Amino acid sequence: MTSVVEVRDLRRTYRTSTGIIRRRSIEIEAVRGVSFEIAQGELFGLLGPNGAGKTTTIKMLITLLIPTSGTARVLGLDVVKDAQEVRKRIGYVFGGERGLYERLSAYDNLRYFAELYAVPPREQKQRIASLLDLVGLTGREKERVEGYSRGMRQRLHIARGLLHDPPVVFLDEPTIGVDPVGARELRATIASLTQAGKTVLLTTHYMFEADSLCSRIAVINKGQIVAEGTPSDLKSIVADRTVVEIETFGIAEETIDRLRKAPGVTSIAVEERDQAQVLLVQSAKGLELTQTLLAMLDGTTVGRVAAREPTLEDAYVALVDSVEDA
Amino acid sequence: MRNLRVLLLGWALHFKMLSRSSFNSVLAILYPGFFATVAFFLYREGSPHALLYASLGASVMGIWGATSTSAGAALQRERWHGTLELLVASPAPFSLVMLPVTLAMSTIGLYSMAATLLWGRLAFGISLHVAHPLLFGLAVVATVMSIGMAGFLLAVTFVRYRTAWALGNLLEYPVWLVCGFLVPISLFPGWVRPISWLLAPTWGMRAIREGATGSGSYVDVAVCAAIGAGYAIIGALVVGRLLQAARERATLALT
Repeated sequence: MTSVVEVRDLRRTYRTSTGIIRRRSIEIEAVRGVSFEIAQGELFGLLGPNGAGKTTTIKMLITLLIPTSGTARVLGLDVVKDAQEVRKRIGYVFGGERGLYERLSAYDNLRYFAELYAVPPREQKQRIASLLDLVGLTGREKERVEGYSRGMRQRLHIARGLLHDPPVVFLDEPTIGVDPVGARELRATIASLTQAGKTVLLTTHYMFEADSLCSRIAVINKGQIVAEGTPSDLKSIVADRTVVEIETFGIAEETIDRLRKAPGVTSIAVEERDQAQVLLVQSAKGLELTQTLLAMLDGTTVGRVAAREPTLEDAYVALVDSVEDA
Repeated sequence: MRNLRVLLLGWALHFKMLSRSSFNSVLAILYPGFFATVAFFLYREGSPHALLYASLGASVMGIWGATSTSAGAALQRERWHGTLELLVASPAPFSLVMLPVTLAMSTIGLYSMAATLLWGRLAFGISLHVAHPLLFGLAVVATVMSIGMAGFLLAVTFVRYRTAWALGNLLEYPVWLVCGFLVPISLFPGWVRPISWLLAPTWGMRAIREGATGSGSYVDVAVCAAIGAGYAIIGALVVGRLLQAARERATLALT
């Protein structure tokens, strides 16, 4: 396997201080010894909850942050010593509405970054046109970005990140906040990157996205990688479990804590869906817990109840919970 | 050639962005207008020469104001919009990325200059007869460029220190005084003069006044341009170290 990205025991500590008169220094270990490799042409996913260390890891790889210790190489180049050379060879796209010049048109935004990335002047026009076509913004390029929807901005971000045709692309939660149709189009664009021979590192906390796009996934929590493998490998972690989904309305925190301690329950995740809180209760396969759980929910309004096979998301919840419990 | 393209395109696009902000454009005209009005009232009892002195001084105040306060705010805006990280992550030398931003700001200051001179003409009858147009024109260009380069030197420190943008506001008024925009430098204690001499706008201001009255030489223009170039060189030399520190201390992002 030819590794395009090699990360060895990467660590990053943030130092901050609080207080006005008595200033106190605080150290936060955002990334605590992360190691992984990404092969040529692979779409590698880095999954984790908010604050897990995904963005810090990616920022070290794209040379915006210097690691506290450990090493990271991209295409054999050290991200600290050869930062300038790394920058020429990578593309970086992050999610959300930031990262664009609102008062400029999409075309001007792309022209500016094409110049910063030394795209030869003769190629710029053609390159920008083909990228606008790739992300579906042809015909809208002369409009100011301030009038763009979130999905359009995100697609423009992707075009910007690909201007210099980088062999390695880092995508930091690129579909965050994008509507379902827009997100589906973005995922199709992301999938096409590996078909074009690019190596992609994708961070996300949308499990179905990681499941459908990534050839390999690392789950990161509290700055450490807690599991790594193909989506099927990760799903097999919870293959011996079953999941009961219970729709509740206005459930109290104490009730959830009580359910968590119920015999046979391995983990519980709560999903907010409109007015409802859906409990995803994991337990060992073959164990019939539904009646016990419903009895414990006495006094809480309960809606739909269903048992199902575990998904990648359940594997992720189990992995994250195992770190929380440790 | 590539570096020149980065500089020119960067300047053109940032100038476009700044010009498109109607709020900032109105502010760039109104804000120096208030100070110019105060200056005109102060000098109204003096000779026509004194009024012209105040008018030109007030007009350069606008260029400095547009750059000193905006350089920090612009960096903070880049940080807020998430574009600062993208600029740093690009392979272009950061000096070539940042310099056009502050040059565009000082160019916007020309709006203030024109508005102040026009206000002086319309409201106070101060007519600007330029005795030496070439010297005057060169002096304006050198002043705009050198103020843009001073802004660049300030801006590179704002990259490292997240809250240093407030320093730009702090520097606005002292520079008005020390560079002799409204009162002659000779009125200040002797120890102030070396500070004035190190500031490019002092020489630019003098050259603009001399260009208008026809009493000067090109030396002041050359000194103004040389000091401005010195700011740019110092900025380019320290920017690498400041960026390294920003990457170590994680100050490129907003949080």
